[in-house]
Amino acid sequence: MSDRPGFGMRPSENGSPAAPPQAPAAGEPAPPAPLPPDARVDLAQERADSHADEVLDALDAELVGLAPVKTRIREIAALLLVDRVRARFGIDSARPNLHMCFTGSPGTGKTTVAVRLAELLHRLGYIRKGHLVSVTRDDLVGQYVGHTAPKTKEVLKRAMGGVLFIDEAYYLYRAENERDYGQEAIEILLQVMENQRDDLVVVLAGYKDRMDSFFASNPGMSSRIAHHIDFPDYKPDELEAIGHLMMRREGYVLAPQTEPVFRDYLDRRRVQPRFANARSVRNAIERARLRHANRLLAAAGEVDRAALTTLEPEDFLASRVFL
Amino acid sequence: MRITQGTFSYLPELTDDEITKQIAYALDQGWPCSVEFTDDPHPRNAYWDMWGLPMFDLADPAGVLYEVKECRKAYPNHYVRLNAYDAHYGRQTTALQFIVQRPPVEPGFRLDREETSDRRIRYTLHSYATDRPEGERYGDAR
Repeated sequence: MSDRPGFGMRPSENGSPAAPPQAPAAGEPAPPAPLPPDARVDLAQERADSHADEVLDALDAELVGLAPVKTRIREIAALLLVDRVRARFGIDSARPNLHMCFTGSPGTGKTTVAVRLAELLHRLGYIRKGHLVSVTRDDLVGQYVGHTAPKTKEVLKRAMGGVLFIDEAYYLYRAENERDYGQEAIEILLQVMENQRDDLVVVLAGYKDRMDSFFASNPGMSSRIAHHIDFPDYKPDELEAIGHLMMRREGYVLAPQTEPVFRDYLDRRRVQPRFANARSVRNAIERARLRHANRLLAAAGEVDRAALTTLEPEDFLASRVFL
Repeated sequence: MRITQGTFSYLPELTDDEITKQIAYALDQGWPCSVEFTDDPHPRNAYWDMWGLPMFDLADPAGVLYEVKECRKAYPNHYVRLNAYDAHYGRQTTALQFIVQRPPVEPGFRLDREETSDRRIRYTLHSYATDRPEGERYGDAR
């Protein structure tokens, strides 16, 4: 070739200059020297510095139940924290694989947990930005030949530095149509999940049985995901706690005589078809608010603060589940 | 002859880490980045070929650097540059633009003199690279 010095950016050198023609700039911080082997690090201090506990506590306070999910997220937080301390001693360990799959019934908090997770991973320094990009099949798969790859890549680029949350991921693969472009999106996804693990975390979410058949037809996907987290259905008392939490946030309270009615409502609603856990609870409360407002207007008298915030039994009893 | 154009033109070549920092700065300012390439080094060649569409809504430099690397892979002997466009009303122009790859050998320019009427002389810059057809100028037969 030539006798010119190689440029630091030549692609053949894999992005890093083999022989930089100039000394590194003086302003660049040198990597800190590893701690001596007999040094001691206060883990509690390290934990406080990362501010991870704020996210974990918020997770505990704002999400009812979901014990297995919370346990797993705490474990991940602990691992990342310990890895950070290990790195300070100069112990080399591979970056953990944090691609995840959330399975569970509708309304069990998969999206909510994903948002918290992005925040947590950012605080622990695993990802650089901590934003969540939530997509579905539509955002990844194109409509004609050659449309899918740029579309998927654009979404992946947008998610870099954060978490890519693919809701109802099993729609990506359509077994009945082998020419479906979804397969192309999956291949690109797999490639990025493998090669650019530093840049983004992929979270797949969906219903348990359909995710299982999705993984059965895409074994490569299943093995690249380290954490399969199952979101259990809420128990009746958890649903009730969720309802109270939602109402408190909206500025409503249940009258004492409404409590058994609300419990009864949840029990009846739970066994009906298309019950979507927390989402159904939210909808029930929304409808109760409508009836509450209507009742106040129909009475057309003076109202006080208590009347404006208290939900009475008839607000729930009018629901069709009591028919 | 080393072509200088855009921001940082008189600095040594930026490393990928330095490019990442510049991209991060551009993204923090809210400037979408795009990648362009060409093999015509003439200074008045303002319209380079686009490598994909400008990248909007990115939060992290990794996505832009990925496209820079893809472009280098596809055109290892072309000039590649990175643009950051400031779309804010009142500016609406390229805010930052620098070369992120150049061919290993840059043959440079010669000065052409053309005699015209009344013994006047017109001067023009001629790039040696453009003597060869597009795509074969820097040794890669694409």
